[in-house]
Amino acid sequence: MAENEIDEHSGIETTGHSWDGIKELNNPLPRWWVITWYICIVFSIIYMILMPAWPGIHSYTKGLRNHSERANVAAAMADLEAGRNVTLKKLLVVRSVGDIEQDPDLLQLSMAAGASLFGDNCATCHGSGGQGFSGYPNLIDDDWLWGGTFAAIQQTLQHGVRADDPEARIGVMLAYGRDGMLPREQVSDLVEYVTSLSGGEADAQAIARATPVFAQTCASCHGADGKGNQTLGAPNLTDGIWLYGGERQNIHETLQNGRGGVMPAWTTRLSDEQIVALAVYVHSLGGGE
Amino acid sequence: MVAREAAVGVERVDVEAVNSAPKRELYKAREPIYPKLVHGKFRTLKWGVLFATLGVYYALPWLRWARGPGEPDQAVLVDFPGQRFYFFFIEIWPDELYYVTGLLILGALALFLATALFGRVWCGYTCPQTVWTDLYIVVERLVEGDRNKRMRLASAPWSLNKISKKFAKHSLWLLIAMATGGAWVFYFHDAPTILPQLLLGRAPMSAYLFMGILTFTTYIFAGSMREQVCTFMCPWPRIQAALTDEETLQVTYREDRGEPRGAHKKGESWEGRGDCISCRACVAACPMGIDIRDGAQLECINCALCIDACDDIMKKVDRPTGLIAYDTDKNRELRAAGKKEAFNLIRPRTILYAFVLGLVAVMMAYGLSKRATIELNVLRDRTPPFVQLSSGSIRNAYTVKILNKANETRDLVLKVDAPDGAQISAIGETVEDGKIQINTESDSVHSVRLFVTLPQISITKPSVPVTISILDPQSGEEAANPTVFLSEGK
Repeated sequence: MAENEIDEHSGIETTGHSWDGIKELNNPLPRWWVITWYICIVFSIIYMILMPAWPGIHSYTKGLRNHSERANVAAAMADLEAGRNVTLKKLLVVRSVGDIEQDPDLLQLSMAAGASLFGDNCATCHGSGGQGFSGYPNLIDDDWLWGGTFAAIQQTLQHGVRADDPEARIGVMLAYGRDGMLPREQVSDLVEYVTSLSGGEADAQAIARATPVFAQTCASCHGADGKGNQTLGAPNLTDGIWLYGGERQNIHETLQNGRGGVMPAWTTRLSDEQIVALAVYVHSLGGGE
Repeated sequence: MVAREAAVGVERVDVEAVNSAPKRELYKAREPIYPKLVHGKFRTLKWGVLFATLGVYYALPWLRWARGPGEPDQAVLVDFPGQRFYFFFIEIWPDELYYVTGLLILGALALFLATALFGRVWCGYTCPQTVWTDLYIVVERLVEGDRNKRMRLASAPWSLNKISKKFAKHSLWLLIAMATGGAWVFYFHDAPTILPQLLLGRAPMSAYLFMGILTFTTYIFAGSMREQVCTFMCPWPRIQAALTDEETLQVTYREDRGEPRGAHKKGESWEGRGDCISCRACVAACPMGIDIRDGAQLECINCALCIDACDDIMKKVDRPTGLIAYDTDKNRELRAAGKKEAFNLIRPRTILYAFVLGLVAVMMAYGLSKRATIELNVLRDRTPPFVQLSSGSIRNAYTVKILNKANETRDLVLKVDAPDGAQISAIGETVEDGKIQINTESDSVHSVRLFVTLPQISITKPSVPVTISILDPQSGEEAANPTVFLSEGK
């Protein structure tokens, strides 16, 4: 053909393309490249025969090997779960933290399992380090609503607080103001009284007026000295730790509208051994009794 | 009729330097090279290097080194699951990978020094590509015979004899390739355990994968690609030009002595002519398919086989040996100027390389001798940074990791230096006077969860220094880690 031009310097045919006078030589493709290309073609044909390859309208070509990555993942997860349960079952013998501390392997196992379970299930409300948020208890201090022993933590985990479980822990902070059980003035006086319990400065006259009201209304749960009662989940009012905040407006809101946070019962979602691991982990966060 | 005789009793070899510069073409298929066996001092030296390097590679994983109970007894082992690297008396943890980096730097500097002194000695003698290609040519020669026989077999029509010879050759090659890939795997597993597993098909998939990759590369690189790996794939031929100078010893054809070349007839005088008799023995011996008489070339790996080939011929025609020899560019100039030749190995460049090499070696030896066998990492809890207790005290939590890098269990003392009034406690440990007795397993990490509690009255500022340290009372070895105690402050 007439357009086949030969480059005068190299003696090689050009493609006829020219950019600002620079012409492209029509060299053959490198041999290794061509061989690799052919291998890829052969590979792709074999692959299409053996493996799932082409989409259909309702399904797809399954391939001779009937390979399914989804089934592999499911099988691998089942294997993992089975193995994990065997290991975790060892935790069922644990009755107290003492049991665990005498067995370093068991301690390590429950701490590792507990940390991962805590991240998955608890951290959403109680924070990644267990530091809690307003309305969600801090788990690393030494102040417990329902008790900080291993058994108490385990029970709270199993049955929850005000949860949909027959054995759930129940305790109520009533809406004294809103429901008209206490007049406005008494609520305001109690705010001063409660502030003073944890060392805050408060109006002495209001405290005097509130003292009989506290003894009559609050002391049944929070105790005459305001130190709380763990069997009822009544918080200690004399320390500086507040679940809903210790400012006057927070205390007023508590007295006015009541409080009642919910901790789910975890037996429906976690196995017994998982709950043991979690209880050990929470106990070790710092506040365990 | 071309004269077949280059000199009395010396036949001219009918060989083309297939990779010489004029024949160099990028789109040409490889032309096979049939290197002829030579004998001489460099060939002997190369046999020695071949046995030594291959011997070390294949045998090293089988060498045992007692380290104590619970530790692998393999002298050289890269233990990925256990995250350790064992090299005789040295044991390295992943955080000490800089020793490996140091080793690579040493290797690079040694290569620089060797190249500045003797040119491409690495390529010519010790490069795995050269060593395994040499080994494959040994097999080839064993099965098919030397150069002429191999060429005849290649051009012969297919026959039972040819098929059986080719089959034998490739089987042996594959066997060597598999042994090579297998030996690689031994460096990453306990060799006596993994060998039967490999043979019975019970070894882990990764072992077969790496064995497969190395079997393939050995077979292809040493069997069929050979000199192309050096010329087209390896970056070293390009880099080495920057490391050599006019005083570097390189395999050189002394053209001032050899030219004008030509066949030497019986009784002809050697006056007025060169010593090169155009016998092409040097070309026939060359595994790279070049002609050394064309001068220094990218393709030349300085394997010195042409020196042996030429010396052999020179002895036959009764001329001095060394027409092809290790020589420098400087000497060619000196000879041309009629001066005496001189070899100058001690030059600023080689002094510098040797100095840096020595410096790095000393630094590494020092670092290794001072290697700590105890380490302490302290991770302060960040969520939250501190917590208030019901008494009003403030508590900080720390996760303390104690690394016992020694091959023995040790009773260590963890000490916490905190401000006066601090209460110290740890999960599962007894604290006495700010000190905790800790029993660490050999070669392992021990983790302690530590709490420091300060009453409000002892807190002076938001950040108070706390030092956590670990001590081996027996050896006196100590490691400390300064951290802080955080609070809202006063």
